[in-house]
Amino acid sequence: MSGAAAQGAGTLEVVAPGPLTTVQDLGRPGAFRWGVGAAGVADRRSLGLANRLVGNPAGHAALEVLLGGLVVRARTDLVLAVTGAATPVSVDGAPAGWSSALVLPAGSALRLGTATAGLRAYVAVRGGVAVPPVLGSRSRDTLAGLGPDPLAAGDVLPVGPEPEQLPRLRTAPVAAPAAGTVDLRVRLGPRADRFTDPGALFAGTWTVTAQCDRVGARLARPAGQPPLERSTTAELAPEGVVLGALQVPPSGEPVLFGPDHPVTGGYPVVGVVRDADADLAAQVRPGQSLRFHPAVRA
Amino acid sequence: MSGAARLLPAGDRAWLLEPADPAALTAFARELEQDAPAGVEDVLPAARTALVTLRPGADRDEVARQVLRRWEALPTGDGAGTTDDGDGDGDGDVVTVPVRYDGEDLEEVAGLLGVGPAEVVARHTGATWTCAFVGFAPGFGYLRGPGARLAVPRRAQPRTAVPAGAVALADGWSAVYPRRSPGGWRLIGTTALTLWDPAADPPALLRPGTRVRFAQVAG
Repeated sequence: MSGAAAQGAGTLEVVAPGPLTTVQDLGRPGAFRWGVGAAGVADRRSLGLANRLVGNPAGHAALEVLLGGLVVRARTDLVLAVTGAATPVSVDGAPAGWSSALVLPAGSALRLGTATAGLRAYVAVRGGVAVPPVLGSRSRDTLAGLGPDPLAAGDVLPVGPEPEQLPRLRTAPVAAPAAGTVDLRVRLGPRADRFTDPGALFAGTWTVTAQCDRVGARLARPAGQPPLERSTTAELAPEGVVLGALQVPPSGEPVLFGPDHPVTGGYPVVGVVRDADADLAAQVRPGQSLRFHPAVRA
Repeated sequence: MSGAARLLPAGDRAWLLEPADPAALTAFARELEQDAPAGVEDVLPAARTALVTLRPGADRDEVARQVLRRWEALPTGDGAGTTDDGDGDGDGDVVTVPVRYDGEDLEEVAGLLGVGPAEVVARHTGATWTCAFVGFAPGFGYLRGPGARLAVPRRAQPRTAVPAGAVALADGWSAVYPRRSPGGWRLIGTTALTLWDPAADPPALLRPGTRVRFAQVAG
């Protein structure tokens, strides 16, 4: 991931990557013919906001930081912004703004503490993270093993040329991700007819287990609440699945698919989280509860 | 005619086309790839369905109408897209995959079919296979071999690691694992051919419609 930066562009050095930091942009839609999914950033809204704060186009590649812990040093003068999970931010040890444009002179270090709410923080840099794209995207697809490797200490990231546009806002007054029960709207189908009572999805709550990554989040019922019951155990031929799908294995406890989900699945999908709520789902931490609501047909 | 089909909702940004007869799905996907209705982002044919994904902001209902109309208008007969796509774009060529039939499960497969290992090899090399769809992993083509008589179930316990190039059977399909990965298919051989290289153009050797012959090579 090292290598000479383009002329006139900057560089950013990774001092510590935290538990998992990947490069993400809007993914690689259009590659199904190769068995490749769209993948891409988990929380699109937070990526877009971070890019806006530094004056980038919304889809420029940035860093997706699981739970914080990232330390990066500017090797050239850079403008950065941190959004997404509520994360303490400091520059050279001095507290700095979350969801704000931050100027880092060459040699300065940006440090993210541990997130207090939300799961994924985003660090955008003016000019974008300019690692070479793979099949049209700089996103790491963790399941398919495509795109740049997760960051390691010592990596040097090229930063692209500054966009012509200047940043137009210094801070964005957005709320941090919710810490309690998160409400998500779900459109039933395509395989709701394979359950005795698909509406049971909307009763009570579901808990996000520790099995939660970019591929998906395994959900469990709190004590006393029944799982979903499949009306048929007949096997389903593999079929295409989407971001936000609630795929139900024989246990009756769904897996909520994230961006790096497999392109096809063999268990029935009872419903799919609404596209507009996928960003909320991307910020839910293990241990948090979800409540699903039927989507009203628009 | 391609026949009756229903469209199932798959979230805000996709429809799942489920025809009564899936034979024309590969041809349908190829046609949509070449000339997609407005608002369609991509199409993923699978065993019995095709997933049609939508661009942000696309009109769901209009896309649904267009997809059904295009399915119904598909100018295909029996077996379209499963044997010879005949669309003249060159992908009708046959890819030959050299195989050493040294798979760990070859004896077991032979036992399940009630034949000897040599007959498994003869059936596998005797059939012309067609990639119906690519799924599970990048470059992993599900190969359909009409008349191959090699339908065996998956293993009860998937392996945690199947090596790249493993040639396998399951549920009537054949496939080659493009990279090392977990897998539950039954392994009958190994190929040295590269099926997946993200730096190459195209990155995958197989795509829906590609025809495949397996050829035995000395181990």
